[in-house]
Amino acid sequence: MDRKSQNKFPDSKAQDDEVIYPYLEECLLNNYQRNFPLDKRPFDKIASDLSCDPVQLLSTLKKLQEEGTVSRIGPVFRPNTINKSLLAAMKVPEGKLLEIAEIINGYEEVNHNYEREHHFNLWFVVHGPDENHINNVLDEIEERTGIMLIRLPILDAYHIDLGFDLRC
Amino acid sequence: MLTIIDHSSAKMAPEKRVFSDSHLISLIQLGLPLTERPYLEIARKLGVSEHQVITRISNMIETGLIKRLGIIVRHHELGYRANAMIVWNIPDDSVHKVADLMKEYPFVTLCYRRPRRLPDWPYNLFCMIHGRDREGVISLLEDMIAVNNWQDYPYDVLFSKRRFKQRGASVRKVRVVF
Repeated sequence: MDRKSQNKFPDSKAQDDEVIYPYLEECLLNNYQRNFPLDKRPFDKIASDLSCDPVQLLSTLKKLQEEGTVSRIGPVFRPNTINKSLLAAMKVPEGKLLEIAEIINGYEEVNHNYEREHHFNLWFVVHGPDENHINNVLDEIEERTGIMLIRLPILDAYHIDLGFDLRC
Repeated sequence: MLTIIDHSSAKMAPEKRVFSDSHLISLIQLGLPLTERPYLEIARKLGVSEHQVITRISNMIETGLIKRLGIIVRHHELGYRANAMIVWNIPDDSVHKVADLMKEYPFVTLCYRRPRRLPDWPYNLFCMIHGRDREGVISLLEDMIAVNNWQDYPYDVLFSKRRFKQRGASVRKVRVVF
């Protein structure tokens, strides 16, 4: 596995307008999930690496962001550094899932909330400045929903989200 | 509240304003602006120089606080509709060894050890696999198990169904804990 290598298509020269967008998007999405340039003009640097026009590059990124494919260009922090987070899971009766999920979504500390195929069927992540804050939120959720939850803090982070290889 | 000290500020020219990492972190968390000079735009909001912003972000990468800086994609929107959390019950004395092998697979995006919560929850190792469809994810998983002889480790596959909420982490109160 080699995710350190960058710019796997440095010589990309699109032949015509029909291939330029998908190819540019693929290069962008694959190669710039990490090591985003710290140059004063980072998009010019990328455009130069990919042999494309910087204006076109920015408009492509804006389009990808509007479509929702790109969430943002930014940092991924090491877990539990700039704030604390905790994964929690609940067994929610099928008929009450939407109602309970809405209660949980109401907390600004919650940023992920998924239904999963398991008897523990609701999984969410709570963020906060410290463990106390998070535990208070979780206690309150238990109290409001009447459902016990399990708390699953990270004990060892062997592998953090370092980007995603679209060619998998 | 602010616990990051700017050790380099002493060396800065007196006219350069000292600024807090927490303010910078909360700005870059929202995403870099898609403009020609994104770091300059952030610098203006903080009232500091573009160079200071770039240096500070670069320091955060060097110290490991920032694990990566770049495009953050949404798997589902990219066509990776099958999102599986695979949970394993691995004996405590083998868990590090297994995790070290597991994390090397390019399709494994996360690999964490978490506590068991007995009797309800026997699993202590979590990994995430994103695939285009369920069959693809199961096949990657089964290959990984076969190659490594992990057949004896109990595991469960939790595919996601509905996504009730997904957004990037945002924090008002920033605290750095090393």
